[in-house]
Amino acid sequence: MTGPKVYSPVEKAQLRSAYYATRPTGFTRYLRTSLPWQVIRFVLLNLKMIRIIGMSHRGKR
Amino acid sequence: MVVTRVVVLGAGVAGHTAASFLKKWLGSKVEVTVVSPKPDYNWIPSNIWVGVGLLQPSQVLFPLAPVYARNGIAFQQGKAVAIHPEGEGENGQPFVVVESTLGGEGGKLSRLPYDFMINATGPKLAFEATPGLGPGGNSLSVCTADHAFDTARVFDDLVQRMKRGERKRFLVGTGHGLCTCQGAAFEYIVNLEFELRARGVRDKAEIVYLSNEYELGDFGMDGIHIRRGGYITPSKIFTESLFAERGLDWITRAHVTGVEPGKAVYESLDGSEGEIAFDMAMLLPPFRGVGLKAFDRAGGEITERLFAASGFMKVDADYTAKPYESWRAADWPRTYQSSAYRNLFAAGIAFAPPHPVSKPRQTPKGTPITPAPPRTGMPSAMIGKTVAQNIVDMIGGSAEPTHTASMAEMGAACVASAGANPFTGTAASITVFPIVPDFETYPDYGRDIRHTFGEIGLAGHWIKIILHHLFLHKARMRPFWSLIPE
Repeated sequence: MTGPKVYSPVEKAQLRSAYYATRPTGFTRYLRTSLPWQVIRFVLLNLKMIRIIGMSHRGKR
Repeated sequence: MVVTRVVVLGAGVAGHTAASFLKKWLGSKVEVTVVSPKPDYNWIPSNIWVGVGLLQPSQVLFPLAPVYARNGIAFQQGKAVAIHPEGEGENGQPFVVVESTLGGEGGKLSRLPYDFMINATGPKLAFEATPGLGPGGNSLSVCTADHAFDTARVFDDLVQRMKRGERKRFLVGTGHGLCTCQGAAFEYIVNLEFELRARGVRDKAEIVYLSNEYELGDFGMDGIHIRRGGYITPSKIFTESLFAERGLDWITRAHVTGVEPGKAVYESLDGSEGEIAFDMAMLLPPFRGVGLKAFDRAGGEITERLFAASGFMKVDADYTAKPYESWRAADWPRTYQSSAYRNLFAAGIAFAPPHPVSKPRQTPKGTPITPAPPRTGMPSAMIGKTVAQNIVDMIGGSAEPTHTASMAEMGAACVASAGANPFTGTAASITVFPIVPDFETYPDYGRDIRHTFGEIGLAGHWIKIILHHLFLHKARMRPFWSLIPE
């Protein structure tokens, strides 16, 4: 009688589709919620969005 | 003074925007009547937070009647069932038949005459397309505030059981091969994961995303390409990264064929069949038109002249059937005027898109698995405002519509919540230009890479919070509402 398949460490790692995905480093994750950096990003993101909204309202490229 | 009667069917983002601008611009020269089956306005993007218990329905809903009364707009609670664009018999006055949804009126029918009509009825949530799908069956939804509230109660109950040590599996995604709104499913799954972490039970949960997208990050837009980190990268990479980082599993290219109690059954693009057990499933339905009928002056049915097979209204798009390779940006509508009657317009989800944006695919058995194109949020509001501008011009004497809002010529800014907390939350801030790819103008990716952008961070969450309050302020038509862009 055969029991449940025993996976090797490499098989275990590759079982999940996440194995093949790009992962952020610790520093990238830190920046996402770093207050000083996010205050700067807040300003820049707003400017980017205002630009897109303005372009779309004017119907111009 | 001649008063022009404009009837707006639907009080969602597109219809409400059109009605409020028409009244603002034309004042007493126009009589605007909004018909909506529900008494409340729903800021739908924030239903996601209702669905994980962070907001109450009252925080995303408000009654329409007082807002319209204050601004001189008539409101009729009911659903349109038939359009008579040529009038009836001897009387050539166009009208729409409305069935009351007010309690106590028992579906009473009335006729509403119009000079111009805007069909902004939004979608019919076609849960019946998949057996067992939806709140009346074996899965949950966040499409309405009520659905989201019920979903939050189930979620809360499961969290309590997980706190007692039980393990649970959550399934989130699309409940049919032709669904749209993958962005909402994306927001819900990452918010659900964030809340499970916040409530200290993440280790007891398995969370799986089940989608009709060919790749993660398709979002019904054939994906987008973003310049970031020294590369131009497809949205698949970013979305997979986000899911992997949060420990979310995913199944793509799937058409759900049935939802049984605690189990979803699906067919994959390669023809294989699969099933996945769940303790809670939030699966979005496909959208259809609301089923309006149309009749000519003699009483003959002309529904097919006005509406596509999907039930959405045909407008100034190129509906010629053609293969994916021949799709062009110019196929997409610009003025949203009905192809059959010049005083009829469709706005928001109610207009029939000429074809999807994502590449159409089907299983060996012939089951289509293709995300439908998104047309909610910013484009919906832009289209509603443009239709209002066109009606203003036509009332002023213009023979044809003069303003355009093609989704192949406009961009969109979108903020997708990925966890709601003022210090630890994040959101994906995305801009695309244009929404529908234009490979003739932008041969490489169909979009202008200078203006197509995305990043995730806390700043996005702050913007999302501000937008929630700003758009509710605008919808309530409070002071300076018209200065807030769509």
